[in-house]
Amino acid sequence: MSADIIYLIIRATGQTLYMVAVAGLVGSLFGIPLGVFLATSEKGELFPAPRTNRVLGLIVNATRSTPFIILVVAIIPFTRLIAGTSIGTNAAIVPLTLATVPFIARLVETSIREVDSGLSEAARAMGASPMQIVFKVLLAEARPGIAAALTLTIVSLIGYSAMVGAVGGGGLGDLGIRYGYQRFMPDVMAVVVVVLIVLVQLVQSAGDRLARQFDKRNRPR
Amino acid sequence: MNMMAIKTKAQAVARDPQRDAAPMVEFRQVSKRFSAGRTSAEVVALDGIDLTVPRGSVTGIIGRSGAGKSTLIRLVNGLEKPSSGQVHVDGTDISAMDEKSLRSVRREIGMIFQHFNLLSSRTAFDNIALPLEIAGLDRRAIESRVTPLLELVGLSDKRDRYPSELSGGQKQRVGIARALATEPKLLLSDEATSALDPETTRSILALLHQINRELGLTVLLITHEMEVIKTIAHHVAVIDGGRIVEQGSTFDVFTAHEHPTTRALLSGLSGMHLPEFLTSRMSEEAAPGARAIIRVIFKGENATEPMLARLGSELGIEVNIMAGAVDEIAGRPFGLLVVSLLADAEKLREARAFLLEHGLASEVLGYVR
Repeated sequence: MSADIIYLIIRATGQTLYMVAVAGLVGSLFGIPLGVFLATSEKGELFPAPRTNRVLGLIVNATRSTPFIILVVAIIPFTRLIAGTSIGTNAAIVPLTLATVPFIARLVETSIREVDSGLSEAARAMGASPMQIVFKVLLAEARPGIAAALTLTIVSLIGYSAMVGAVGGGGLGDLGIRYGYQRFMPDVMAVVVVVLIVLVQLVQSAGDRLARQFDKRNRPR
Repeated sequence: MNMMAIKTKAQAVARDPQRDAAPMVEFRQVSKRFSAGRTSAEVVALDGIDLTVPRGSVTGIIGRSGAGKSTLIRLVNGLEKPSSGQVHVDGTDISAMDEKSLRSVRREIGMIFQHFNLLSSRTAFDNIALPLEIAGLDRRAIESRVTPLLELVGLSDKRDRYPSELSGGQKQRVGIARALATEPKLLLSDEATSALDPETTRSILALLHQINRELGLTVLLITHEMEVIKTIAHHVAVIDGGRIVEQGSTFDVFTAHEHPTTRALLSGLSGMHLPEFLTSRMSEEAAPGARAIIRVIFKGENATEPMLARLGSELGIEVNIMAGAVDEIAGRPFGLLVVSLLADAEKLREARAFLLEHGLASEVLGYVR
């Protein structure tokens, strides 16, 4: 393998990490609060707003059921508005983030709904405000679930980032398609696959460790 | 245990005689209806409840599951709103308050739960600290409040343990310490011992009793266990189908046991339940030569007097004890004995009159040949 190819692989790995990191971060920034809201805004809950809940739920479902590659193309005007351009790594981050928000939101919603409702009641009985219940009870107790949700999100993002080659996003997936497949360089393809496997493994085991650390539910007496 | 280090508001106000007389909690014609759905009819959970919880008392509400106990206790700290009527806590009508003003009221009312409701992500110390964090205390103030509470409930060595590392009884002790953290004037107990074994139940009840006695804290508890009421409640209300069917001092309510629900709840008590060998042979009609089966109720001091022996020696009636025991209700002796008497109608009347003369009520259950 020539030095040029090795350079390309390193650069593509960097692009993948960059896209995943930014999309993951910004996606969490919007996705976690959205998930909390979805989990607490039905009738009789902390922030009752059943109509808003239903509308947001619909939007989340719509975004999640759109195939990612179609989402990338469909939102090009929006991408141009945010990133100033519709091609390149930075532009690719926009659809990646947009797909991440509802993904995280649903997972966070599930982990928060799994928190025993008795705990919220106990906090209410102590005189906690809804915000205090969110931060001191719901988010604190859902931490293992949220850690697992973020792990799953990052793993999925690594997969999604392979598709943004379609808009010149670069990254490992793009390299694999253009060099490994179209130029028929099986060694490049093999390296790309191995790097992706290693990345996913690292993220998964780090996430699992974090979730275990947060989880105090099954400690031996 | 260090009781002195823990002051409560109950003590601070105890000297004002006017406040002393006013009840800690008062329900006035409280009803609660739930709409079960858009089409189905409303469910009446509570119906015209009038109830007072005397200041400094342990008051128990007993009833079967579904009787409305949980709804009732949740009205006291505003977790539920009454559909009509008023709930007064320490002289304030809390049923009229909005959620925001209720928050400060709730900080003066501690609550413990059947399933403890401890945060799994927090240690014993941090669980007890939670209500103080919510109230906005700084770390130093929290530390100085939580440490004596851990000592009070006997868990100083478990301060850094997570709930999953504690036994059921220890979890409830953390729950109690947490409920006491904000120095409440009232403690609500929602089936606090129902998930515990009998021995742990006794130790938790002893702790609640101690807290009531030494801190002067008013305790309102709901339970379906006769044992709990019998052990610590001064006052009791029996609830059935969303109504209070009997209320008064525990001893009076349970020894008179007029209402069928009260009787049913008491059936676990020794002497209330007739053994099978008797019920299978018993008839309601008196027949010549049959033995009368009567239940004699011993109350207070009489429970220790040898009345049955005197029945034999003074009236010449043969007495045979079939079932029963002497027990204790709210600290006073109480006995139920099922005895058979070889007596005709005349003798039986005489025997019962003799017993009544000495303060023992009796009832004829049937006859056995």
